[in-house]
Amino acid sequence: MAADSRKQKGANQSRSPLQQQAESYLVHHRKVARDSAERLWRTPVASMMTWTVMGVALALPVALLLLLTSLQGVSAGWESSARITAYLSDSVTLDDARALQAEAQADSRVLEVELIDKDQALAEFRASSGLNDALDYLEGNPLPHTLLVTPDEASRTAGGVETLVTRLRGMNGVDRVQVDLGWLQRLNAMTDLLARAVWALALLLAAAVVLVIGNTVRLSIENRRDEILVAKMVGGTDAFVRRPFLYTGAWFGLGGGVVAWVLLQLSLWWLSGPVERLAGLYRSDFSLNGLTFDGALALLIVAMLLGWLGAWVAVKRHLDAIEPGEIAGG
Amino acid sequence: MIEFRQVTKRYDSDHTALRQVNFSLARGEMAFLTGHSGAGKSTLLKLIMVMERPSAGEVVVGGQVLNTLPRRQIPYIRRHIGVVFQNHQLLFDRTVFDNVAMPLEVMGVPARDIGRRVRAALDKVGLLSKEKMNPLQLSGGEQQRVGIARAVVNKPPVLLADEPTGNLDPELSADIMHLFGQFSQVGVTVLIASHDIALINDMQRRTLTLDHGELTAGGGRGR
Repeated sequence: MAADSRKQKGANQSRSPLQQQAESYLVHHRKVARDSAERLWRTPVASMMTWTVMGVALALPVALLLLLTSLQGVSAGWESSARITAYLSDSVTLDDARALQAEAQADSRVLEVELIDKDQALAEFRASSGLNDALDYLEGNPLPHTLLVTPDEASRTAGGVETLVTRLRGMNGVDRVQVDLGWLQRLNAMTDLLARAVWALALLLAAAVVLVIGNTVRLSIENRRDEILVAKMVGGTDAFVRRPFLYTGAWFGLGGGVVAWVLLQLSLWWLSGPVERLAGLYRSDFSLNGLTFDGALALLIVAMLLGWLGAWVAVKRHLDAIEPGEIAGG
Repeated sequence: MIEFRQVTKRYDSDHTALRQVNFSLARGEMAFLTGHSGAGKSTLLKLIMVMERPSAGEVVVGGQVLNTLPRRQIPYIRRHIGVVFQNHQLLFDRTVFDNVAMPLEVMGVPARDIGRRVRAALDKVGLLSKEKMNPLQLSGGEQQRVGIARAVVNKPPVLLADEPTGNLDPELSADIMHLFGQFSQVGVTVLIASHDIALINDMQRRTLTLDHGELTAGGGRGR
């Protein structure tokens, strides 16, 4: 038993047995990896079908995630252009309003304050509302002076805007302060909801991928039953016997990831024209972003991990049950 | 090398395969194991390979008590036991060379040593010229010899054979037995299960006889 290793040591004096073990371990890994990849190539149609199933299952949640990130980009863009409208009291004169404008402008959190006096406001309202005739019946100008406050860049967060609103409310002569962020909050709530739904979907589809790979690997375990029996009989450890199947799972995963990436790029290319036109109609700079290099890499790695996991489930359930006792006969 | 101490093997039902079997085989000893069908020959071999565990008693191989061996240690014990089956269990999806190389690959032997040792084993059984062939292209006797080459390629101290000549004509059977004799001469403990009485008598070796799970002849200690 020990004589073998001693003999090897004698033949290769430059190498320590440990080093040699590690080396042959790596060589074996490489061999198994190549061998299981070749097995997949030998049945291209069956492998392609598994890859496609995986690809579709992976592409769907990733596409939704991409859409979600694009939407979040939109709402972030709007948030930055948020302005606060402060309506002044009726009693405030134009001079007082100018003073208030200067006071608000002095705040470091404020980038710009625009004063819209009541005459200007009425003129704008006349022009945009089409109520020209009706307005003529009014005795005076019912509209107040208005300050349009643009927050400083650093204060363009929900909290920053909130404190600024409080500060404006506290100023003498300010009647009402309004921030029209309601629709933005609704959009945010919707994207939050969508994000959860996407993650739930992603989890379900990941589970489906694991099961598909598990089933495929189970079949390949059945096909190689004799080999497994012999390997166990001649002293193959569980890890040794599992290894080819775990690699098979990982290769299935990698192929699925590549298919998913191709599907994503294709649908992106197909959708980009219409999306640009739609965004143009809304005067939005919205655009569908594809996967970055990092994202694509992450997709492939996750796909491989899922494949490996699926194989592991199958191996755990079916491989350990195969015992060489069966071949010895009665 | 192999020792059975009061070994009993009972399967779930009332079926008792082995009853209080006692024997030991020394290093380099060659013995036959015989008995009618269902007498417990295969069970005895399975106990040595840790494919089964005894219900009572102790099985000792190479000084190691197998009863309490943890499951994950089993592969390492099997690397020290070569096995030859009647239906030889060769894999037909690979060459003769790759079949014989399996025990070495399992042990993580470097590739350059594998080539050398596989060829030495094939040379020993006289099949060096057929290393690149598929086992399907070989005759029954040749397939059995490939199985033997695979069993001895990693130079195990113990060699077990379960009806190794079951499908062969008498002349080929004698050849194979002669081969086993050579291994025992270099220190391998060889145990062959067979019911070919004529052949066993020819060989004039120690014979363990099982009858309904009891060892009726050849028990006790070896030479």
